Amino acid sequence: MSMPALELKQVSRRFGTQQVLREIDLQVFPGETLVLIGESGCGKSVTTKLLAGMLEPSAGTVLWQGRDVASLSAEEKLRQRLKIGYLFQSAALFDSMNVYENIAFGLHQNTDLKESTIREIVQDQIRAVGLTVDVGRKKPSELSGGMRKRVGLARALALAPEIIIYDEPTTGLDPVMSDVVNELIITTRERRPVISIIVTHDMHTVQKVADRVVMLFPLAGLEPGQPQVIFEGTPEQAFSSREERVCSFVHGDATRRLQKMALT
Amino acid sequence: MSTGKLHRTPIHWLGELVIQPVEFVGDFVLFSWLTFQWVFSRWPRSSVIWPALYQVGVLSLPVVVVTGAFIGMVLAVQSYDQLRVMHLESQLGAVVNLTLVKELGPVLAATMLAGRVGSAIAAEIGTMRVTEQVDALEALGADPIQYLVVPRFLGCVLLIPLLTVVADAIGIYASWLFSTAVLGVNSYYYWNYTYQFVTLFDVSSGVFKSVFFGAAIALVACHRGFNARAGAEGVGTAATQTFVYSFVFILFLDFLSGVLLSQISQWLYG
Repeated sequence: MSMPALELKQVSRRFGTQQVLREIDLQVFPGETLVLIGESGCGKSVTTKLLAGMLEPSAGTVLWQGRDVASLSAEEKLRQRLKIGYLFQSAALFDSMNVYENIAFGLHQNTDLKESTIREIVQDQIRAVGLTVDVGRKKPSELSGGMRKRVGLARALALAPEIIIYDEPTTGLDPVMSDVVNELIITTRERRPVISIIVTHDMHTVQKVADRVVMLFPLAGLEPGQPQVIFEGTPEQAFSSREERVCSFVHGDATRRLQKMALT
Repeated sequence: MSTGKLHRTPIHWLGELVIQPVEFVGDFVLFSWLTFQWVFSRWPRSSVIWPALYQVGVLSLPVVVVTGAFIGMVLAVQSYDQLRVMHLESQLGAVVNLTLVKELGPVLAATMLAGRVGSAIAAEIGTMRVTEQVDALEALGADPIQYLVVPRFLGCVLLIPLLTVVADAIGIYASWLFSTAVLGVNSYYYWNYTYQFVTLFDVSSGVFKSVFFGAAIALVACHRGFNARAGAEGVGTAATQTFVYSFVFILFLDFLSGVLLSQISQWLYG
């Protein structure tokens, strides 16, 4: 197997007194679509922010193309970071800018391209996510949840990243719009050989787009020393898993959880 | 079973009591240092700076004008009663204008800025923080301090001296108008005593210290915004803290600059 494009080695992350991740090992390989699943609060978004270099680990090492992120200069880190596009859970569009300015932001910030070229790229991206060009004049507050996600994706794609991280791309969307977003993930992958890392609770997304599934478990439910990554395999293996925690999560079965709550 | 949270003992609480303020001050100093580094190395695009200047300068003018006018008139009313007892009411101009240019003009302009602009900055950046817009800036290759803090810092530092001059001028004019038209003070004596007692050093020292007030307001507001906790309450708390911390900071800086400028004045004029 080729060298991992992104890797977490024994990474822990703490916020104040709250430990969220403990000694996580994770590898992401070129060309693959990795889906991270797990209960709310288990540290999936924190994991992706560590992979994207937006957070620093409390312990352990984050590697980009085999190089320790901590050893990179600010300029190298910026150059590497721009290879990673990030679609935020809430889309995180800049409220003070319209859609065009949002999508063009990274290009204005990091390139010397002419405004006419930037306009072409922005319009291409708007069309690529299935919107019409006239949406460019709208403010984020005028958009629906699905449109915001699509604009967020267009913004993440504008700098032609090699890795795209989707943080809960279908959360809060109706089933049809969720499927539109799933299709966008697939067509983006087909258009360019990108690595996709997707955080989701949506098992339809897992079935439709994942090459590999990794499941994290909240530290609160683990004994000391137990690994936090409780499953790693293909979607088929995840859905046929007999491991109780994996099985109940992927099939949405709360029976045992409710029994446990009743006992406590 | 591991809960992911540390088991807390009284020693932990005691430690926190000491560590948290130290951590807060350290974080604020580091934040200020990073801001200064950007201010002296690279400014953001002018299209980012102009809106900040407009928000700080133009939109603060009305409230500074109104405050300046009323404080000038209030000072005239209060001082007139005291001076009349000593038959010194003709010197009203000197007392009111000296107080205005040295103290109340800069401090009130700064207080208005902390209330109007500081809280708005904290709420805006706080909202951006909790809605991941600050993370998005970073993901798109922009440094949040350069992009968000530097324009606001420049706006406060560059424009508060002008706002202070406006507050001084309006206060002096309102006080003169009220003193001569309502209190019956002779206009000639009003200005004559003002020229005698209010020096250029007094005016410039007031304007000079306002620069530090502006820097303090911008840094406190941006720092609170960056550290806002999630949710509407977190953003509200950041805005409230900004006003309270800024006001205390302004008074502290006013005291320090008062002592320093008094020494300089004695050295210059004996």
